[in-house]
Amino acid sequence: MKPNSKPAVVIGAGPAGLCAAIELKKAGAPVILMDENAKPGGQLFKQIHKFFGSKEHKAGVRGFDIGNELLAESLQLGIDVRLNTEVVGIEKDQKVWAVENRTRSYVIDADRIIIATGATENALSFEGWTLPGVMTAGCAQTLINVHRVLPGHCVLMVGSGNVGVIVAYQLLQAGAEVAAVIEAAPNLGGYGVHTAKVRRAGVPFFTSTTVIKAEGKESVERAVIANVDSKFIPIAGTEKILDVDTICIAVGLTPSIELASLAGCGMMYVPELGGNMPIHNEYMQTTIETVYIAGDIAGVEEASTAMEEGRLAGIHAAWAMGYMTEQEMQSKTEKTRERLAALRQGIFGLKRLIAKERVIQRGIAQ
Amino acid sequence: MAESAQNSIRIEKHPILGDLQSTGEVTIYFEGKALKARAGEPIMSALVAAGVSIFRYTKKGLPRRMFCGIGRCTDCIMNVDGVPGVRTCVTEVREGMKIEKQIGNGIWQIQKEEEAGNEAQ
Amino acid sequence: MSEKISLKIDGAPSLEELQAAGMLPSVEELERKACVCIECIEEIPCNPCETSCSQNAISVGLPITNLPVIDREKCTACGLCIPACPGLAITIKSIQGDKARIRFPWEYLPMPNRGERVAMVDRMGEVRCEGLIISTQNIARNNRTAVVTAEFSKEFVQEIVSMRRLHEEL
Repeated sequence: MKPNSKPAVVIGAGPAGLCAAIELKKAGAPVILMDENAKPGGQLFKQIHKFFGSKEHKAGVRGFDIGNELLAESLQLGIDVRLNTEVVGIEKDQKVWAVENRTRSYVIDADRIIIATGATENALSFEGWTLPGVMTAGCAQTLINVHRVLPGHCVLMVGSGNVGVIVAYQLLQAGAEVAAVIEAAPNLGGYGVHTAKVRRAGVPFFTSTTVIKAEGKESVERAVIANVDSKFIPIAGTEKILDVDTICIAVGLTPSIELASLAGCGMMYVPELGGNMPIHNEYMQTTIETVYIAGDIAGVEEASTAMEEGRLAGIHAAWAMGYMTEQEMQSKTEKTRERLAALRQGIFGLKRLIAKERVIQRGIAQ
Repeated sequence: MAESAQNSIRIEKHPILGDLQSTGEVTIYFEGKALKARAGEPIMSALVAAGVSIFRYTKKGLPRRMFCGIGRCTDCIMNVDGVPGVRTCVTEVREGMKIEKQIGNGIWQIQKEEEAGNEAQ
Repeated sequence: MSEKISLKIDGAPSLEELQAAGMLPSVEELERKACVCIECIEEIPCNPCETSCSQNAISVGLPITNLPVIDREKCTACGLCIPACPGLAITIKSIQGDKARIRFPWEYLPMPNRGERVAMVDRMGEVRCEGLIISTQNIARNNRTAVVTAEFSKEFVQEIVSMRRLHEEL
């Protein structure tokens, strides 16, 4: 097969996009990696904790060190990385419309497109939620780990999934106090080892509890929390006041599917993976055969799975473009799938595994 | 419960990230007052470090600051160098930058000299 | 504490939950030799404890979601596993006379100093007794996870898991 000279365009230089671009470049395919931010890495550089998994999943390595490794590899390979570049449209025949530095616009005729735009944190509305001092957990994490500034001094964390619990721990490391971590469900959501770290630091957890009000003159001065019943309705008379100046919301993420939608990809609703997401098959192809997805846009999981999905997409795209033999593609895909499957084991992973199987079945059937 | 320690907003020492390294100083102006910012940081963190708790007011007079912190929600918008609606969480500080709270959608100021493009580098 | 503590309600495992999973040494074992305590009772894909062990005393195997199994005969309490665990769930405890010692991971500032008297906490973060810092270690190989050794009264050996964070006066 004569290799096509049109490039693959990877949109989003987080862990998924970086890994996809690296696979493509290693195979010798022309690839352009774009990111709207001034720095690549997505959410990876904010993860200052050690990752789980096994050695091949980079267990024990901190997120930002993995990010630096990926960046170094992409630099060494000479990948064309375009920062401050927003993709604002994907038109017919894979025409990718990019705006650089908010001033110059151009179109790239892409052979394959890999959309790795991640996910967006969900909001939770309650009385006073727009007050200065209410923000997402990711916003607090960005402030403390990237910008080195505290969002406040005493934080209420709303949501006990891994994001909420990990950010609560990181807030303690940054020098803030965490008044409590609350969870609307009857049980905590995050890993027990994560909650245990926070608990032994003296931070209480309150399950079946939600925030009902943020109070303060022009910024958060207090939070009012209350118990909820089995239908998540606050129970009158159980209100408690916490003296906090910051309320962090960690109630899940939703795939950022705008570009995939513009490109015409078929969608399906998968609550276990964050909501509406593009259908994809076992090679990460969407309902449009030349458009792939990888990472949180393909269902909210973790950085480790994002990296493996990015590799799957990059490997298949490289083969589809004529830069890899079928045998090599299948062999690399097999190994990547094994590593990916290992990450979806156990009580936490099983739910995601089942949801992903459902998506892939839809993708194959298309 | 919390000790109000305004001088510890900038995280100078960190058990994982190490000591804060200088990136160079940039002077920006918030409502006419000169503030020191770190080169390379977004306006948002420079203002938070300076203790600014309100970035703007809505049309109905409600105060706002920031929500997502990564450029997707537009809660943090302010008037920057005469242009309203600028997302301060993804806009890098520049020497001499003038930042004002905006009310509602803000008001455009007609610049006398041409902007050399938004070099948000 | 008469109330039942659950890992998924209060955030920390109870002694009963840990003992049921076979994760904790008995007081007799602690009096015989230093023992590793791995407070990991959920099946998540993770095995650095196994790969870091210098004596092959920790087994996870496949699938990597298996809970770690400790061979106490092989364990020499070298402590490599303490900073290796991404969940910071491993400590090493021992009893000598009427004192107990714990080596635990520490990722906060300020670092305690040798000879300093600190407050020792249990899994719920409650202060149970005073502790004396014997040593601290924060070497490059441990990837920014310090290991602190503290001595405290042996009656609290099963309860104590860490120290209370020190707060620098501003």
